[in-house]
Amino acid sequence: MKLFISVILIALLAFVSGLFLPWWGIAIAAFLVCLLIPMRVGKAFLSGFLGVFVLWALLAFWMDMKNQHLLSKKIAELFPLGGSSILLILVTAFIGALVGGFAGMTGSFLRGRRQF
Amino acid sequence: MRIVAFIVSLVITVVLIYALNKKWGSIPPLGKFLSPQHGFWQNAEPENADFNANLKFSNLKGKVNVYFDERLVPHVFADNDEDLYFVQGYIHAKFRLWQMEFQTMYAAGRLSEVLGNNPLLIKVDRETRRSGMVYAAQNELEMIEKNPLSKKFADAYTAGVNAYIETLSKADLPVEYKLLDYKPEKWNNLKIALLVKQMSRTLSGNVDDLELTIEKKFIPFSEFNILYPQVPDSLEPIVPKGTPFDPPVLAIKPANADSVYFGKVDSMMIATEIIKPDKNNGSNNWVVAGSKTKSGAPIVCNDPHLDLTFPSIWYEMQLNSPTCNVYGASLPGAPCIVIGFNDSIAWGVTNAQRDVKDFYEIKFKDDSKKQYWFNGQWADAKIHIDTIKVRGAADIFDTVAYTVFGPVMYDKSFPDSINEAKAIACRWTAHDPSNEGLALYYLNRAANYNEYVEAIKHFECPAQNFVFGAKNGDIAIWQQGKFPLRWYGQGLMIMPGEDTSYQWQGFIPQEQNPHAFNPAQGYLVSANQRPADSTYPYFIPGNYINARAIAINKFLRGMQNITPQDMMKLQNNTFNVTAEDARPLLLKYVNEQALNAEEKKYLEKFKNWNLMADANSVGQTIYYTWWNLLAENIWNDELSKIKPAAVLPNQQTMLEALLRDSALKYIDNINTPEKETLYDIITSSFKKASEKLLNYEKLGKLEWTKYKQPRIYHLLRTSLMPFSRAIPVGGNGDIINATTTTHGPSWRMIVQLTQNTEAYAVYPGGQSGNPGSRFYDNFVDDWVNGKYYSLWMMKRSETGDARVKWTMNFGNE
Repeated sequence: MKLFISVILIALLAFVSGLFLPWWGIAIAAFLVCLLIPMRVGKAFLSGFLGVFVLWALLAFWMDMKNQHLLSKKIAELFPLGGSSILLILVTAFIGALVGGFAGMTGSFLRGRRQF
Repeated sequence: MRIVAFIVSLVITVVLIYALNKKWGSIPPLGKFLSPQHGFWQNAEPENADFNANLKFSNLKGKVNVYFDERLVPHVFADNDEDLYFVQGYIHAKFRLWQMEFQTMYAAGRLSEVLGNNPLLIKVDRETRRSGMVYAAQNELEMIEKNPLSKKFADAYTAGVNAYIETLSKADLPVEYKLLDYKPEKWNNLKIALLVKQMSRTLSGNVDDLELTIEKKFIPFSEFNILYPQVPDSLEPIVPKGTPFDPPVLAIKPANADSVYFGKVDSMMIATEIIKPDKNNGSNNWVVAGSKTKSGAPIVCNDPHLDLTFPSIWYEMQLNSPTCNVYGASLPGAPCIVIGFNDSIAWGVTNAQRDVKDFYEIKFKDDSKKQYWFNGQWADAKIHIDTIKVRGAADIFDTVAYTVFGPVMYDKSFPDSINEAKAIACRWTAHDPSNEGLALYYLNRAANYNEYVEAIKHFECPAQNFVFGAKNGDIAIWQQGKFPLRWYGQGLMIMPGEDTSYQWQGFIPQEQNPHAFNPAQGYLVSANQRPADSTYPYFIPGNYINARAIAINKFLRGMQNITPQDMMKLQNNTFNVTAEDARPLLLKYVNEQALNAEEKKYLEKFKNWNLMADANSVGQTIYYTWWNLLAENIWNDELSKIKPAAVLPNQQTMLEALLRDSALKYIDNINTPEKETLYDIITSSFKKASEKLLNYEKLGKLEWTKYKQPRIYHLLRTSLMPFSRAIPVGGNGDIINATTTTHGPSWRMIVQLTQNTEAYAVYPGGQSGNPGSRFYDNFVDDWVNGKYYSLWMMKRSETGDARVKWTMNFGNE
């Protein structure tokens, strides 16, 4: 349950950060949520990872749908991902998730220090 | 323990963010680029994107309404001219910002600043600057700013571009900025001037002076007239034959020209140009008078041939203010309409192909380049130190000397550090102060022949053939530009630059530029051919292409009751007029007995070819392969030893030389003991061609378009292949439908000047520069298929018309 809440919170906060901050605002979102909600380090990583993964995957998927895959196919060829829009969405989400995960873990470590 | 873990974890996070925020080689900053709220996903324009907007800018004096039709063509209605150009700048930037800026970066020798540390790019940037591109743009800028009118509309345009850039968030940046990870800078009037110079380089930069100077060491100048004749036998000039010309102003040939210029051969190394514009940078335009059309009104046609790129070089729009109502192709980055029509006239342009760029050998006192020998004494050069910023590397400083002739393009420091390299200065009309924008401003508003003639006088470089038609029935053409007065042979090769004697002695008086008005034949054609026949009393060398004009003339001569639909067919025509003359020659001299079954099969196909270079024509591939091998056979033994490269005579020259003289001395291969005849080399070329053709056939590439593989590339070429598109079309550079591999009709326009103008156009691209927009390439298929769009000259009263899909309203606070 805690994991679920923190994932949702991170996704929400990351989205809001995207309106005002550069892309790495997602790290701040994951860091803060994991700082405030007590979790084990592994779970903190997971919630940061999943929070951003879900957000970026959903956003990219939504934009790609509305665009009828026009741009994603071209970018997926450039990268190269064989022109697969889905693969590009997954790579997108994974890259963001990685940052979210480590940021969440960092927040959790900081909280841990305080508890001592 | 925990603090160590925290620090380690923090460091990993920060390093990860840093790494994903940075460009690695050609890989964009992944975090930034992939972030759905910041990166390329933001450029994925929704299919049903809404372009409606209400915008406020304090710079505006009144209101401007922009109505976009279903093809995203804006119809701009402004209360005054300044507001009109402000909004044109805004709209250009909104849809084409990256290309506008990138082209000005190229023109200013700043590619390395954006694209990074690449030795070839640095050379390109250095040559760009050394050729005086920025110097030329500054001279143009001075003229723009000196004229209150042009300053006013350039300022307004620039303000409009900046108004867009200022409201642009990072997420809204065109995707190319995100891929290359940089940001647009503020626009200014110099960039408008740089774009004019970029056009000048593309269209008036192709000369062979340096190559011919090298060639002179091997082939005497007297033979140049066989290899590169000034007036081809088959010429059908722009100005109809028999047109009388005024007596000329004469240029005096220096007394020592034979010894120190034509006949002089020395062993020093000579640089050749790195940037050589495509020789096919040509175009077609023609106008037919009412006497030949079904409607009784003139029809103006134009298709400029340029590199076919995404985003397209053109942006279609209508501009309406109290002083003008004009529709056509605009050049993103510059105000006004370049090719189009208004309520009274229509006009189009083709390139004049004239030689307006010469080179002079400079003698420096020493390596400081501060002084050079001129008129018997050491003269001071103006030393300019160029700073070339290189992304990810230290700045490069390049010292360029400016002489009385112009900038010294090549010297010991460039392009290579060859010790005995000549210092060569460049004299180019693009350097001279002029104000081409003014020509367009007036042309957009011209109501009759006289106003058109007055307007185009401001157009000096790149010289163009302005074709003209008016609703009152007048038709005309002017080759307009500033052309040096030359004595015979002047400027074909590098000239001595030690005194005034080889300098240009003036310019051909503007009123003597070749022109024609309401000719008896009822039509006028320009397609990059020599503008006038040998009775034109000036020496006018150039990089002319004759075949297309011959073909267009041939068709127009025989046509009556012409309709716009006939003209569409003609613009898309693929008849190979050169092959029509070449085929009998080839068939006469090919020895059929010497051919095997496979070879005979290709010969049979060639014999039965309908002479059309259509997309799936096999005959055209056979002809093209055979002819090129024959050309190699004829010229290579003499010319291939000339390094780095000789100038290959063009196909028209070769054909005419062979038709005139079947024992032409170049036919013999000088590397073999026996003497080859025309029979021998035509047959051996065919046998070799058959070998190649067999290979193409195996690869499935025998059909012309599969052989040619034409493609519209993104401006960043092969680095962005997914942004490009193959175009399965026929044609070629010497064919009316002049599509080559990367090059072709960049805008096809037909305007019938009836009471209610009937206009059609299409271009291979789309109104949006965004590869994520459905408007990026939506015209391409119709262009490929020779289809056109009916152009809507919208009236102010038609705002409720169903064709209006989106509206942008501009006002002040």
